[in-house]
Amino acid sequence: MTSFWRAVWLVVRKDLAVEARSRELLFTTLFFALSCVLIFAVAFVREGKPLGEAGDAAAGILWIAIAFSGTLALGRTFERERYNDTLRALMLAPVVRPAIYVGKLLGILALLAATEIVTVPLVALLFQARLFERVSLMAALLVAGTVGFACVGTLFAAMLARARSRDVLLPILLYPVTIPVMIAGVRGTGALLDPEPNIAMAQFWIVLLLFFDVVFVTLALWTFEPLMTD
Amino acid sequence: MRKAFLPLVVVLMALYVSALLLIARAPFESTMGLVQKIFYFHFPPAVLMLLSAIFCGLMSAAFLIRKRQAFDRIALAAAELTVLYGSIALVTGPLWARKAWGVWWVWDPRLTMSFLMWMIFVSYLILRKYGGPGSETLSAGLAVFGMANAPFVYLSVNMWRTMHPKTSVVPTLPVDFATPLWVSFAGFLLLYIVLLTARVRIAEQQALLDQLYVDSDL
Repeated sequence: MTSFWRAVWLVVRKDLAVEARSRELLFTTLFFALSCVLIFAVAFVREGKPLGEAGDAAAGILWIAIAFSGTLALGRTFERERYNDTLRALMLAPVVRPAIYVGKLLGILALLAATEIVTVPLVALLFQARLFERVSLMAALLVAGTVGFACVGTLFAAMLARARSRDVLLPILLYPVTIPVMIAGVRGTGALLDPEPNIAMAQFWIVLLLFFDVVFVTLALWTFEPLMTD
Repeated sequence: MRKAFLPLVVVLMALYVSALLLIARAPFESTMGLVQKIFYFHFPPAVLMLLSAIFCGLMSAAFLIRKRQAFDRIALAAAELTVLYGSIALVTGPLWARKAWGVWWVWDPRLTMSFLMWMIFVSYLILRKYGGPGSETLSAGLAVFGMANAPFVYLSVNMWRTMHPKTSVVPTLPVDFATPLWVSFAGFLLLYIVLLTARVRIAEQQALLDQLYVDSDL
């Protein structure tokens, strides 16, 4: 077990070291998230105020920004491995395959967390959304939702790294499968942003997300080996 | 072709009989009238689409474990039929909805879920077609994820208010409505089996042909 986590740590450290030198993924992902917020602000703001019930637009925009920028980050992470031909080296490493998956997943999560640290306050600020009133519930939604999105995304991006037209295929495959995460994230955030926050509803969505995470992380750990073997 | 003759006759008979039954025997529904008869073309494909999606997921899981091509061929055929039956359900549904609810489409749980499952299997076929070599393994992974996704989609979309009749109305249908429905269901099921068998057979022949080509010294 310790060797498993050691391998995980090595993969994470490698990814973070590569990222720390160029900061390419962090900056592009972050800026892409900002562009998403801007585009959707144009679509969902009228006369200076977000459309719909309080917080509806903000919740939607926040999760769309996370999903879109997450897809970009996922694609780029594996594109970098492929471009430098290091994916093969990674796969040849004498460690169990699930360790590589977990390492990659943690790397992506770190990146997405960094993006969210900027995006969430920004959305709160720009749309007068009270995202920080129930910090623990909001954080639980974000963590559970991001893990759900990234655990499917990491597997799909990894398996598509060898496929043709992978850039287009990733969102096409990823969005339908992660729709429950989007619904849970948007509805849960919306419930928290109501003038009278619906705590029970938010908790329901968090529980659903946790179940989603458990099922899909397990599935991904199981399918990573057969999917990454030629 | 000769081997397919008898099954095709049976399928045609079943669909023909169901058409006669639903045109002549099934009574007019009191509020929706004639348009309710779409039901006999809507319910069977919709249910078979979901069953087919689960079947495809199971076959894909078997393929990932056992690595036998036979499972993959069945999974591919099932995925194509999921899309076909899903398309039938998604076309007949709005036609009926326009009359019954006044709009073509509402974002109701069951509609959203069918639409999503259909999307997942369309993406399966896209991956298969444009994914390049090795895409059969990748699409098998996708099908497994798609199948595991079904309960979550169901739960999450169900938190919206539902408009669609519950599936529980089906066992309580009066016999005049139920008989044509089940005959029609049997017809669509038989059609499914015939198409599945034919599609798997084509895939087998294709694999055989590819093998011959590889083996030949040309």
